[in-house]
Amino acid sequence: MLTDSDLQAIWLTTRLAGITTLILLLVGTPIAWRLARSRSWWKGPLGAVVALPLVLPPSVLGFYLLLTMGPHGPVGQLTASLGLGTLPFTFWGLVVASSFYSLPFMVQPLQSAFESIGERPLEVAATLRASPLDTFFSVVLPLAKPGFITASVLTFAHTVGEFGVVLMIGGNIPGVTRVASVQIYDHVEAMEYADAHRLAAVMLIFSFTVLLAMYTRRPKPARGD
Amino acid sequence: MDGINARFKLDWPGFTLDVDLALPGRGVTALFGHSGSGKTTLLRCLAGLERPSHGRLEFKGKIWQDENTWLPTHQRPIGYVFQEASLFAHLNVLGNLNFGLKRSATAQRVGLEQAIELLGIGHLLARKPDTLSGGERQRVGIARALAVGPEILLMDEPLAALDLKRKQEILPYLERLHDELAIPVIYVSHSPDEVARLADHIVAMDGGRVVADGPLVETLARLDLPIRLGEDVGVVLDATVGTVDTEWHLARVDFAGGSLWTRDRGVPTGKHVRVRVLARDVSLAVHHPEPSSIQNVLDGTVESMGDDDHPGLLLVRVQIGASQLVARLTRRSAAQLGIAPGLPVSVQIKSVALME
Repeated sequence: MLTDSDLQAIWLTTRLAGITTLILLLVGTPIAWRLARSRSWWKGPLGAVVALPLVLPPSVLGFYLLLTMGPHGPVGQLTASLGLGTLPFTFWGLVVASSFYSLPFMVQPLQSAFESIGERPLEVAATLRASPLDTFFSVVLPLAKPGFITASVLTFAHTVGEFGVVLMIGGNIPGVTRVASVQIYDHVEAMEYADAHRLAAVMLIFSFTVLLAMYTRRPKPARGD
Repeated sequence: MDGINARFKLDWPGFTLDVDLALPGRGVTALFGHSGSGKTTLLRCLAGLERPSHGRLEFKGKIWQDENTWLPTHQRPIGYVFQEASLFAHLNVLGNLNFGLKRSATAQRVGLEQAIELLGIGHLLARKPDTLSGGERQRVGIARALAVGPEILLMDEPLAALDLKRKQEILPYLERLHDELAIPVIYVSHSPDEVARLADHIVAMDGGRVVADGPLVETLARLDLPIRLGEDVGVVLDATVGTVDTEWHLARVDFAGGSLWTRDRGVPTGKHVRVRVLARDVSLAVHHPEPSSIQNVLDGTVESMGDDDHPGLLLVRVQIGASQLVARLTRRSAAQLGIAPGLPVSVQIKSVALME
């Protein structure tokens, strides 16, 4: 069946996708909230920046991240001066890159979930003595739950499926940056088609299952009334 | 000191709110006007849901807003009822009622039980909002606003989104609120009928400004009310049920200046009621009229005359004892009868609406 290095790659991929999803839940939620609530001029530019990874070739994103996080880039110099070394070709470098790459998959479903809640439940909560923060946790989160589930599943699945950015930032270090998609590439390069088949099938089944679950889940309207 | 002083100035594209008001600290005050008159915006300013560029709001001696102060909505001791009940979909009825209760320092369990009893929703507590009818939802919305133990209740057209049947279902509860609540209520409405039933004080608005403001009975009897009421021009009289004629199923209500017979609706003798007499149901005669099917004929004196919406019509205010009625006549009949201030007339009233 799957070789040890395959299992290692799958575990690494799962870890990368899990951590990326957690980070993006924390980072993406306030961004999505801002985008959903604001009527300011920067809403357009911010929305465009968030959506960039949808259209950019992963190599472009990876290239710029490599420059910024490399020894001569601003982030690289910062991490070096903090004694952390540089991020490219490390697992955490992959996490950072994935967080940028998967950002729209977290932010956009959340933004539309927040938008569909509307202003009214927030106003109701305020007239019932709830502070804005209290309102977020006691009203917005429960009403936006379907949006959070969708956003997390999409982010996780999209991170599992990335390849180009990983290759640019992480290279191909077993146990550190060699994720499943890179492992398949390696198998193919080495003409190990049988191994490539097995791992590719795992990926295919995983992706299909996730999407099937998403599309068959009965959508419950998240409305205030 | 115990009232509400509000001064707001708010500029939006195409709309300006500019009001300076002193509202009574008790009873029901109706903010009345056509849609777009600014009444809901004024209510939202009182609640802190809108932040006017210039404003000062003082509630019973406490400043909620001035140049240096801004009390956010969640810190104002208000209860707010929205036009659509806007219940939280993720909570059941009890969860909705408890939401504010848990967060309010002034709320008491007793208040919740009273609110549940007052609105008759005890049997709905475990239900989810989407399983309730529109009328039930709105009753829960009102109870939820009361459960926080507010010092003032703000209601934004709580009946507007409901059909006539649901309105009839809720109005008795609102009338109970009017009778039993000790806190002031600000009630936004565009319905003259609701205002006549519920309000003690009326603030008429038009184009973002207050155009008339005063106690209900006096204000409705004004002939120069600058707001078009059309068929709804008429007065409200405070009265008591004097006697009930069980043979003919009629009740006599006594007001300061006379008595009127109306259909008996089971209201007990001695009970305080309101009667609404529309100007279109009142006609005048110079001589005492021949017996006719009209039961209610009162003696009065023409007090003043004013324009009606239509150039062919005229409004006549008649003094009857300490009370006043308004009659709608055609200008021709007024001229033929020689109607003028000071003239003694017989007032015939075709229909009287009794409101508990």
